[in-house]
Amino acid sequence: MTLPPGDFWDYLRRATPARIALGRVGDGLPTRRVLEFELAHARARDAVKAKLDHETLMAELAEWRPILVRSEAHDRITFLQRPDLGRRLALDSSEKLAPGTYDATIVIADGLSAGAVQAQVGLLCKMLLAAQNFVFAPPVVALQARVALGDEIAARQGAALAVVLIGERPGLSSRDSVGAYITFDPKPGETKDAERNCVSNIGGHGLSLDEASRRILAIMALARTLRRTGTSLKEDEAVNQYLQSNMKKTIPFSRI
Amino acid sequence: MSYGCNAGGTHYVFADLRTLLARASPDRAGDRLAGLAAESGEERVAARMALADLPLARFLEDPLVPYETDEVTRLILDTHDRQAFAPIAAMTAGEFRDFLLSDEATGETLARIAPGIAPEMAAGVSKLMRNQDLIAVAKKISVVTRFRTTIGLPGRLCVRIQPNHPADDLAGIGASIIDGLMYGCGDACIGINPASDSAKQALALLERIEELRLRFEIPVQSCVLAHVTTTMQVMERGGPVDLVFQSIAGSEVANRAFGVNLALLDEAHSGVQALRRAPPGANLMYFETGQGAALSAQAHHGVDQQTVEARAYAVARRYAPLLVNTVVGFIGPEYLYDGKEIIRAGLEDHFCGKLMGLPMGADVCYTNHAEADQDDMDNLLTLLCIAGCNYIMGVPGADDIMLGYQSTSYHDALYARAVLGLRPAPEFEAWLKAFGIMDANSRVRPSPSGAARLLAAAPR
Repeated sequence: MTLPPGDFWDYLRRATPARIALGRVGDGLPTRRVLEFELAHARARDAVKAKLDHETLMAELAEWRPILVRSEAHDRITFLQRPDLGRRLALDSSEKLAPGTYDATIVIADGLSAGAVQAQVGLLCKMLLAAQNFVFAPPVVALQARVALGDEIAARQGAALAVVLIGERPGLSSRDSVGAYITFDPKPGETKDAERNCVSNIGGHGLSLDEASRRILAIMALARTLRRTGTSLKEDEAVNQYLQSNMKKTIPFSRI
Repeated sequence: MSYGCNAGGTHYVFADLRTLLARASPDRAGDRLAGLAAESGEERVAARMALADLPLARFLEDPLVPYETDEVTRLILDTHDRQAFAPIAAMTAGEFRDFLLSDEATGETLARIAPGIAPEMAAGVSKLMRNQDLIAVAKKISVVTRFRTTIGLPGRLCVRIQPNHPADDLAGIGASIIDGLMYGCGDACIGINPASDSAKQALALLERIEELRLRFEIPVQSCVLAHVTTTMQVMERGGPVDLVFQSIAGSEVANRAFGVNLALLDEAHSGVQALRRAPPGANLMYFETGQGAALSAQAHHGVDQQTVEARAYAVARRYAPLLVNTVVGFIGPEYLYDGKEIIRAGLEDHFCGKLMGLPMGADVCYTNHAEADQDDMDNLLTLLCIAGCNYIMGVPGADDIMLGYQSTSYHDALYARAVLGLRPAPEFEAWLKAFGIMDANSRVRPSPSGAARLLAAAPR
């Protein structure tokens, strides 16, 4: 398909990723521009609707004996309209979580982009589980899950930190982003968003998995020292301390 | 007190006024989420029947959110204009709808009674109106505001250039602004949502636009949509602030979640007035609202999301703003599930705002997890422009690369103006012609020779 002549100021496109100088047919968009937009939107919509292939993900993490759970939102339509249900564990799922004493639990949640989770979270999860200075609960794969579902999971497993890796709301130009939400001493139904730390925009055009795992572990380490997460824990400070003390051996705090 | 109605042999009782309004509201996700929506279609119509018989004056006697604990309720009741209300004081909500559609209710009449219309009255009557009623009544009302351009005149459609960039890059934002001007947009304002909320950043962005405006004598006003306290810092530093922006909502607690209260908005309004950058009598504030904001802050007090949205317009009205727009699809499917719900909400918000005397525009938009697409936006855009919407957003290619949602584009603005015979603000239209962007037939067809002057701002 050929593109009609663009706008004579199309050299400005070098200055921004925004969709400028698209050209015009009458007052409308040229066909190719319409289809480019439709493709981007279709991919973003598909990412929202996609189902997490949990079997593949569980197989990838088999050596850590992962546990599969579901929220009370039984399908995608319910999940999108009822955030409250996506924050609660289904009855038959809560029984699967055996109580213990752990530093942290990693929850892999499909969130708003199962595709993003499928593409990169298995690897990210393994990078985190490899950290020697934390005692991890068996990782949990959670379907139709919101961030706060991690609070109930951590509470049931007896983990001091919930680390939720979740698919972010897809944009037209970035569909593969994952967010990591770290919460100290989460309390189901009570913990506020301001009491979490977030590393967002992981993967795709954003943070590399290496960089993301470094930041997440840094926040986890500082949270253990401060015994809190949230707006008063600054990520920059966490990363600095982490870099300084990375070589020191740390005693897992659940043992203290 | 409770309200009742017989419908189809079943007697329905609604415990209080809030419940009655919520059950009468057209079905939408946010009210379902809050557990406020009618449980059946029959219950919804029964609530509308009871609402139609409700005297308008009851809304003044029975506040939805307690007067003692909510400053928005106090604002609504303490500033209610009894004289303006007098002509409709004896009407029920149903009679009020009939009056609004009647020949008697001319634009002039409606403008006179606007200060007497409390937000709950506007929301209540809207629940008895079909989409065409919302359009027909809004169309009669012109709310005209002024700064360097005149916004809201009949037969005109203004556009905000929204040139956002994920890193607030000056060259990138500048390129999107030039593109917007070349497409005949910018007469509502040039308004940037900053990626980071800092006074330093806002100042740099405002100075860049100011330089462009003065160099090419463009009749536009600029705004960085930072938090009001950030804009106050920019004003203290002597920055070129045309408009003070703030997101607002319909209850004191919801406004607290936005980090504002009436005292703070009063202070900001006085601050921007003192700058004297505008001609006397100009409008200096810019507000954004949107259904669902109060519920998402757990600050809705059991009031349905459309009614609590209308209460935000009482906050806006206090400051005689230049621009007010609902950001109607931004909040996501938990509040407005699909195109049908977004379209209905957009028409309601525009109607309620206009009825209360506000210069309503709309951010016609959706997110990727909503059940909506460009066709739904085309529908709402067209309907709102028929209804006389003051302005819309202009986002390059409809794709906001910073906020990650889809709004209306520069091309959409050209479409709406062309099919409905609408023109830009008069001052801006003259400038577009002088700069060779608009041709003699008032079509936006920039000529390379004429527009070369403007392109000199962003050399190759």
